[in-house]
Amino acid sequence: MSQVDEAEVRAEVREWLTANWNLDISVVEWRSKLADSGWGMPQWPRDWYGRGLPVGFARVVEEEFANVGAVGVAKSGVRLLAAATLLEHGTDLQKKKFLRRILTGEDTWCQFFSEPGSGSDLAGATTRAELNGDYWIINGQKVWTTSAHHADHGLLLARTDWDAPKHEGLSYFVIDVRQPGVDVQPLRQMNGHASFNQVFFTDAKVPVENLVGRVNEGWKVAMTTLAHERRGADGLATPSKRAARVGRVHAEERAENEKANEPYKWYPQRAGRVDLIIERAKETGSNRDPGVRQEIAKLRILSKSAEWTARRARAAQQQGRPQGPEGSLGKLAASHVARACARVHTLMTGTEAMLTGKESPRDGIIAEILVSVPAVSIAGGTDEIQRNIIAERVLELPKEPRLDTGPFRSVRRN
Amino acid sequence: MSGLEKSRVEPARRIQFAFSDEQEQFRTSIQRFLNDKSPPTEVRRLMATAQGYDPEVWRQLSDEMALPGIHVPEQYGGAGFGMVELCIVAEELGRSLLCAPYFSTAVLAASAILNAGMEAQKARFLPDLSSGARLATLAITELDGNWDPASIGTVVTPDGDGYRLEGVKSYVVDGHVADLLVVAARLPQTVGRKGLALFTVDANAGGVERRLLESMDPTRKLARVDFQRAQANLLGNIEDGATSIDRTIDQATIALANEMMGGAQALFDSAVKYAKMRVQFGRAIGSFQAIKHKLADMLLEVELAKSAAYYAAQAAAAQDAEWPALACLAKAAASESYLHTAIETIQIHGGIGFTWDNDTHLWFKRAKSSEVFLGQPNYHRELLMQRWGVER
Repeated sequence: MSQVDEAEVRAEVREWLTANWNLDISVVEWRSKLADSGWGMPQWPRDWYGRGLPVGFARVVEEEFANVGAVGVAKSGVRLLAAATLLEHGTDLQKKKFLRRILTGEDTWCQFFSEPGSGSDLAGATTRAELNGDYWIINGQKVWTTSAHHADHGLLLARTDWDAPKHEGLSYFVIDVRQPGVDVQPLRQMNGHASFNQVFFTDAKVPVENLVGRVNEGWKVAMTTLAHERRGADGLATPSKRAARVGRVHAEERAENEKANEPYKWYPQRAGRVDLIIERAKETGSNRDPGVRQEIAKLRILSKSAEWTARRARAAQQQGRPQGPEGSLGKLAASHVARACARVHTLMTGTEAMLTGKESPRDGIIAEILVSVPAVSIAGGTDEIQRNIIAERVLELPKEPRLDTGPFRSVRRN
Repeated sequence: MSGLEKSRVEPARRIQFAFSDEQEQFRTSIQRFLNDKSPPTEVRRLMATAQGYDPEVWRQLSDEMALPGIHVPEQYGGAGFGMVELCIVAEELGRSLLCAPYFSTAVLAASAILNAGMEAQKARFLPDLSSGARLATLAITELDGNWDPASIGTVVTPDGDGYRLEGVKSYVVDGHVADLLVVAARLPQTVGRKGLALFTVDANAGGVERRLLESMDPTRKLARVDFQRAQANLLGNIEDGATSIDRTIDQATIALANEMMGGAQALFDSAVKYAKMRVQFGRAIGSFQAIKHKLADMLLEVELAKSAAYYAAQAAAAQDAEWPALACLAKAAASESYLHTAIETIQIHGGIGFTWDNDTHLWFKRAKSSEVFLGQPNYHRELLMQRWGVER
């Protein structure tokens, strides 16, 4: 294997961008060029819209794109999780059918994993898939589905064998969301937003060629999706950087991002808005209250310590040292920070904390913090699951005896 | 000096989030030394003595490891390293609970002399402290137990070339064995931070009466020192007195936070080990979520406070403008974390954790006394807010 030279790659991208970057074409037309050239996903294989470069070069190419303000391939939502899963487990037919339209942004994807009866225990899914001729027939319910209301395809985990142990009776499919057997309903949260959906499947159809991986080996495929989810960010779309952001292609990208991000406007509030604490202390006069000062200090000590713990984890990684325990603690720390924020915001806001909406402090942002924070310790793995992971993987404590190892049919469930 | 290479420890230009390979090796060599010299049996033996340390181990720690002068420049007989290395030593001493006059001599007194002393004074005092030949300590707090230097009431009056010291200092770490006392006192008719300065006093001179107090943590000896017209010499000058005192306390506070996190880690490790070993209801108790989750939370608390202690040490070494505030932050965080870890470690051990024979109480008592030493968490949180510029 020859060494890949960074300067050569940069020169190559630059040359290609000079020849091709055009502000006035449609975003789909531009991204089709990206898919064909491989520059949209340089770390992907050459056969599938990439250039086969080492993963580290994605950032190099991205920098060159940013320098000229060029738009990248579509990245919002779960589309890249779908792509990564298909690249690893999909058939050539599936890759051919789906990958390109993922990159161009023509198709939107969603993920049908969680169910009302299986949240933390994802492998306890009871949505069923039964083979009938050339189709799998799907019945059941999924929940917490992001963007299902404008998705074209879904990644579906469903049970195909009820007599096997729970992890060995699941299969993984790509399902067409736009069909009569799929009913997408918004799921309204306690903070009033509806960022997710619940989806009902009634004799929905999946053609046999849309099975990903082998029958009853869906858990392994789902693990690939989840691994990429953990590695990536929260799926929020980020606009192309340092761009002049004019021209048709940018306008279309902007509209796409706004649409994708709209349901998640409350996410900063969910984290507690520690950035507002000192301003609010001065604005409300709480800085004169010795008791509140103590609480503010406690909160800021916690949030600073969490930040430095993350920096320690990154520094160790950069030095090529084995990851210490500090690397597994971020999510749990974030829950503590968010809860402490909600408590201190309430203390500082006083009686006005009983109000919500435009007339309440900071145009309703404070109220939104108070009713959004409970999501942090649940979404993406509850605090309790995080503690189990820390205890079992980091501290190597023994696992609890399991009651769900027999045939799934006889396992107690909701 | 094992492990460290001197050329590598120029004052850090920016804050590092990982220790260098040399620093890690340095830590390992201290750990090896302490595993050998300070097992719990030795801690128990020494804590029961009035002297409180083993002079032979102190000599080895000085001669073989060069630890008392680790942060003292080479021209004064030290090893020429800085805050980060001093804090590595402190952390390891806290982990092993070594009974030795290190915090008093190196962290408090040597730092005070470095901060306040004139060239000739540093040259006179520091070589003996760095070599471990003499012991010293710093006396700040008085009978009221207040850690704010503004509250100091001990008075010095000019007398010929020197001064005469009058007052009572308390909670003086290793005050009973120190040869040299560095004392914070004020000129007559001054209040607050005006007129404060540091003075050196020969601990065996006339007019100095020392009494060992019964400390709850027997591994950290405390003394009360009465000064009755004791002869004292000004360390540095009066103008910079308060600044030198603050600086010394802030540095010691950071070192203490690091020492505390070493202790917290030792407790946490023992709790995890016990949870894997102890069987009840036919299972290791560590397989119960009630214990697992407790341990996961303890790990989080320990790592968070450790990050704060490390960051404060790095910031002080880099002379980051924020470092005095970070001293308060690190101490408040370490106090809560260490004590809570100690409480939960006893809890996980169950009944045996409350016995004298079990070692947990040795660290519990260090956690409790450290929580109070140099100021309780509420004191540091308030000071932190002020240092962050959030005025009352």
